[in-house]
Amino acid sequence: MLAGGTDLLPNMKNDLTAPTALVSLKKIQTLQGMTYVPGKGVVIGARVTQNGLVRSSLLNQKYLSVSETAHAMANYQIRNRGTIGGNLVSAIPSADLPPILIALRASVTLEGSHQARTVPLEKFFTGPRCSVIARDEILTEIAIPDQATTGSAYIKFGLRRSGALAVVGVAVSLIAEGMHVEEARIVLGAVAPTPIRAREAERLLTGKTVTEAILEEVGRAAASECKPISDIRGSEEYRREMVGVFTKRALRKALNLTTSDGSRKTG
Amino acid sequence: MEQVRDNKESVKRYAIELTVNGDAHTVVVKANTLLVNVLRDGLGLTGTKKACEVGDCGSCTVLLDGEPVDSCLVLAVEADGHEILTVEGVAQNSQLDAVQQAFIDKAATQCGFCTPGMVLSAKALLSRNPQPTEQDVREALAGNLCRCTGYVNIVRAVLAAATKQASEKGV
Repeated sequence: MLAGGTDLLPNMKNDLTAPTALVSLKKIQTLQGMTYVPGKGVVIGARVTQNGLVRSSLLNQKYLSVSETAHAMANYQIRNRGTIGGNLVSAIPSADLPPILIALRASVTLEGSHQARTVPLEKFFTGPRCSVIARDEILTEIAIPDQATTGSAYIKFGLRRSGALAVVGVAVSLIAEGMHVEEARIVLGAVAPTPIRAREAERLLTGKTVTEAILEEVGRAAASECKPISDIRGSEEYRREMVGVFTKRALRKALNLTTSDGSRKTG
Repeated sequence: MEQVRDNKESVKRYAIELTVNGDAHTVVVKANTLLVNVLRDGLGLTGTKKACEVGDCGSCTVLLDGEPVDSCLVLAVEADGHEILTVEGVAQNSQLDAVQQAFIDKAATQCGFCTPGMVLSAKALLSRNPQPTEQDVREALAGNLCRCTGYVNIVRAVLAAATKQASEKGV
């Protein structure tokens, strides 16, 4: 299946895959566009490009964190081609969109020769480049349901500001009143075979009024929950340490304690 | 887009319609031909460069319906029916574009290999954002690598082109 081709074509060139035929999804109109459907939430067609997410007024208004995540991906040319569906289906552990979409309780619709089915994105990934999608299925849409979330954020740590894969990516979504957190979802990317929820960290945060000490404790819990590998972009120990740091930063951002670049607000 | 003939080769061929720099072309391409190769080898437009061929360097940047894309990551069949602008089509009536002139004025070209892609990314930036900040320029050019590392003058050139275009329009 060919959508934007920004993952598939380099893989073909590097002999990582050698399909005998490609099926282009280009002309399927229903995969384009983004709408708000009452009762269903924000519904995003699988072929919406990353720049489409960046420019979407609907997302900018309802889930700015998703637009910001897309903006931090790759570079302008790639964002013009790469699609949200492709980013999910390629199931790369360091992908940027899965953590924030899981934090926002998104689900995906898979359609094939059998009946269409909807899968929570959290249950979609099964391993590096593996997901529950069947050979005869395509991912058609992504839905972010209506929710009481008061703040969400994804912070990516890459080795460069552009064109870099995440060494660590942390997404959070919170239901909070001021500093009092009623519900928290914390999703870690690039530090396990699939994006993972940091459930112990979430539990520590739930029902608490946030202080520096609590953020510290939550960050430590997230760091101990991840299962990173060592590779060219960072060692296991370093990644673990950075999960703690970036969990705290993402939480501060979702609580509106920081400016958009993650630096602390003064005063 | 029509399949030309199935000559028992494993790769099929298609006739596609491309508008390149304003000229309509019908070309027959293999299903696995990349847009960059149609432009360079089929149409002789070698201003579009090839380097990494996996979407990292941006030297093959062209505008597809006005938007910059890496032409090494676009199958030619996917560009069927679309408009392409390559660096050869940027100058109008032998008059250099403001971006091209600014690259000369600010000495923004060193070896020149990245220049076509830089010019097209910059031109697209100025169409969507006529008065960019330095940060906007750097972000728009982030997908174009200059291995001479001549970025300072390139950024200056794009900002100068923006200023010049703004003054010409009397903004």
